[in-house]
Amino acid sequence: MSFDIDVRRTLGETEIACHVEPGAGVTVLFGPSGAGKSSVLNMVAGLLRPDAGHIRVGERTLFDAATGVDLKPEARRAGYVFQEPRLFPHLRARANLLYGWRKGAAVDVDRVIDLLGIAHLLDRWPRTLSGGEAKRVAIGRALLTDPAFLLLDEPLASLDRARREEILALLERLRDGIGLPILLVTHDRAEAERLGDRIVAFGE
Amino acid sequence: MVLSAEEWGIVLLSLKVGGVAVLAVLPLAFALAWLLARGRFPGKLLLDALVHLPLVVPPVVTGWMLLLAFAPAGPIGGLLERWFGVTVLFRWSGAAIAAGVMALPLMVRAIRLSLEGVDRRLEQAARSLGAGPVRTFATVTLPLALPGVLAGSVLGFARALGEFGATISFVSNVPGETETLPLAIYSALQVPGGEGQVLRLAAVSIAIAFIALLASELVARRTGRGNHVL
Repeated sequence: MSFDIDVRRTLGETEIACHVEPGAGVTVLFGPSGAGKSSVLNMVAGLLRPDAGHIRVGERTLFDAATGVDLKPEARRAGYVFQEPRLFPHLRARANLLYGWRKGAAVDVDRVIDLLGIAHLLDRWPRTLSGGEAKRVAIGRALLTDPAFLLLDEPLASLDRARREEILALLERLRDGIGLPILLVTHDRAEAERLGDRIVAFGE
Repeated sequence: MVLSAEEWGIVLLSLKVGGVAVLAVLPLAFALAWLLARGRFPGKLLLDALVHLPLVVPPVVTGWMLLLAFAPAGPIGGLLERWFGVTVLFRWSGAAIAAGVMALPLMVRAIRLSLEGVDRRLEQAARSLGAGPVRTFATVTLPLALPGVLAGSVLGFARALGEFGATISFVSNVPGETETLPLAIYSALQVPGGEGQVLRLAAVSIAIAFIALLASELVARRTGRGNHVL
C-alpha cells in the first residue's frame, strides 16, 4: 500500500503542484512554510478539490479528474492529524478519541490508548490539555477511525523539545508497528530525514 | 404583592404568546441564519435587509402590513380562511405572529453570529473522521452554535414579551385574547387609580425577563463550555 499522487491546484497567487511516486513507508513532503504542503494533505483528505490530477492509495482511487472520481472526505478513510489538534472543544478527551470509532472496527481501543499513554487524560476537557497531550489525543482519534492511511501535518510543530522527542518516538513506533502508508508534512530537515523513507522536496 | 385572577391571566397569556412565537419562529430563524452565514447566492444582501426590516420599520407599520396580509381579503388571511376556516385577527395566535415577526431579526442576528463563530476547521476534522454532513452538523456545528441559539431565543422571547406597536395595530387590544403585558400596562395607565396594577404588571415583566436571562446563561455555561449568553 502506498501513495500515488499527482495533483495541481491554484489557490489565489499560489500554484500548488505535487507529485508522489508509489513507494512503501513514510513519504515526507519537505519544504518551506507557505508553499502549500498542507493544501496537498487537504486534497488527499478530500477537503480541497484539485484542479487536475489523481490521488490513489494502494488500489483505491480517491480522486481522478480524468474519470470524475471524487470520494467524499468521510469515505476516504484518512487518518488526518492536523497541525493544530482540532479537538472538539465541547467533548471530553474520551468522546474526542472515540468520535470516529465504530463498534466492531478492527482497531483495539485499549491498545491505542496504551500506545499513546493517554489513559489518564480521558476525562479532561480539551482546553485543559497541554499541546503535547492534545496532539496525542488527536493522533489517537485519527488511529481509531481504522484509517487506510495517515496524513500528518507538522506533527512536531509547537511542541517543546521533550514533547517533540516523545511524539517522534511515537511516530517511529507507528511507522514500524502498523504498516500504514504515512504522508507527513514538515519544514524541518532533521525531522524529515529521521522519519522519512522517501523525501519529496516541495515548493522550491 | 398579590396578582388578581385577571392579572394572572394576562401574565399567562403573555408567556403563551411569547413562547409560541419564539418556538414557531426558531426553525425559520435558524434556516435564515444558516443561509446568511454559510450561503452564497445572488440576492443575499436583499434577504439580509428583508429579515432585518422589522427591526427598523416602525412597529405600527409592521402591524398594519400584517393586518393587510392576514385580513380575510388579504393573501395569507384569504388562504387561512379558505383552507382551514380560521382567522388570526383579534386572536392570541395573531398576537403570537406579530411577536414572532418582531423577534425574528434579533434571533437571526444572534444565531448567525454564533454560526459564523463555529470553526470550520473542526467541521473538516469531523468529516475526515468519517462523519457525513448530517452527523457533522448534529455533533459539531449545532452544539458549538448552541449558546448563540439560546441567546437568540432569549432575546426573541424578551422582544416578544415587550411587543406593543405591531400587536395593537394588527390584532387590537382584546382582554383575555390579545391583551399581553405591555398592552395591559398601557390600558391600566389610561384608567384613574390603575397605578397599583401598572406596578404589579411591570414588576412581573421585569421578573420574567430577568429569570429568562439567568436561565439561558446557566444553560449556556453547562453546554457551551465557557461561552456566555450575557
